[in-house]
Amino acid sequence: MNDKKALPALKAAFPHTLPILAGFIVLGMGYGIYLRSSGLPLWYPTLTSILVFGGSLEFLLVSMLLSPFQPISVFFLSLLVQARHIFYGLTLLKKYRGRGLKSLYLIYSMCDETFSINCSAEVPENIDEGWFMFFVSFLNQSYWVFSVTLGSVLGGALSKYSEGVEFVMTAMFCVIFIRAMEKKENRISGVIGVVATLISLLVFGKSVFLIPSMVLILVFLFIFRERIEKGRVFV
Amino acid sequence: MTGLERIITVLIAGFATVLTRFLPFVIFKGKKTPKALDYLGFALPCSVFGMLLVYCLKDTVVTSFPFALPEFLGLAVTSAIYLWKKNTLISIAAGTVFYMFLVQVVF
Repeated sequence: MNDKKALPALKAAFPHTLPILAGFIVLGMGYGIYLRSSGLPLWYPTLTSILVFGGSLEFLLVSMLLSPFQPISVFFLSLLVQARHIFYGLTLLKKYRGRGLKSLYLIYSMCDETFSINCSAEVPENIDEGWFMFFVSFLNQSYWVFSVTLGSVLGGALSKYSEGVEFVMTAMFCVIFIRAMEKKENRISGVIGVVATLISLLVFGKSVFLIPSMVLILVFLFIFRERIEKGRVFV
Repeated sequence: MTGLERIITVLIAGFATVLTRFLPFVIFKGKKTPKALDYLGFALPCSVFGMLLVYCLKDTVVTSFPFALPEFLGLAVTSAIYLWKKNTLISIAAGTVFYMFLVQVVF
């Protein structure tokens, strides 16, 4: 490890990650408490936050872990929920390549928040960009694992009062959805997501509707491709 | 689900996630992104958010008491506070606490 480059990069990266720390404490603790309230063991939240490290999918995983075993559904749901990483990767191809072992960690630890900082932050000239991005990623992941673990420990003690805490996931997706729908060019695809999922929920029932929903969404997205692409051009 | 099935479930989710992170670096070595993929990159996330919102509500019962009222009110409070304050965390926290109050005290 090259200390001369690492320490200044850590100092430069830290302020950029502070807003993420605030967000992760709220959501991460919510996740830890939620997971414990569902009766899973203490170490589960920490395990999933390291292995999966993706808030939305971790939340969804709780309800998957409480349902009957459906490995194929889990695989495709995970692919679809995390598919946005593919586009993050495409955007950061050049920046993340050729940084040795750091590249491996940078790619593995990609998440929405890290992407938005590493994509947009202007790294000062005297700071090593590789180390800067490494510390942004590392700090963000540490905040998440810490908050989730904290929530998990507290969750055991708070279980008497935690009925309804699972709504944190619904509220989170509600806000994410509103934020997407505030942009005009997103509206058709947002509506497609809701309508296609409702249709397959009604047709297939709540235990197996996810895969049909995904198929239906892809079909609708290609049927309406021309209209959606038009909105995208005239933003 | 047994303990082993749970671990497998977590591992599958982790594997699929790692796949989405490493795929672009393995496949697109400086090549141009195909147009259809580029389109999906734009349109798919919003559809997935819509899908996940419905997924969260899949266990809500609308045909008997309390007729999905806590969920409806919880979402209303979350959305209203978001539209008012434009603050993601405050609206999520307020909506969740309100929902917890509803299911623990009111209904």
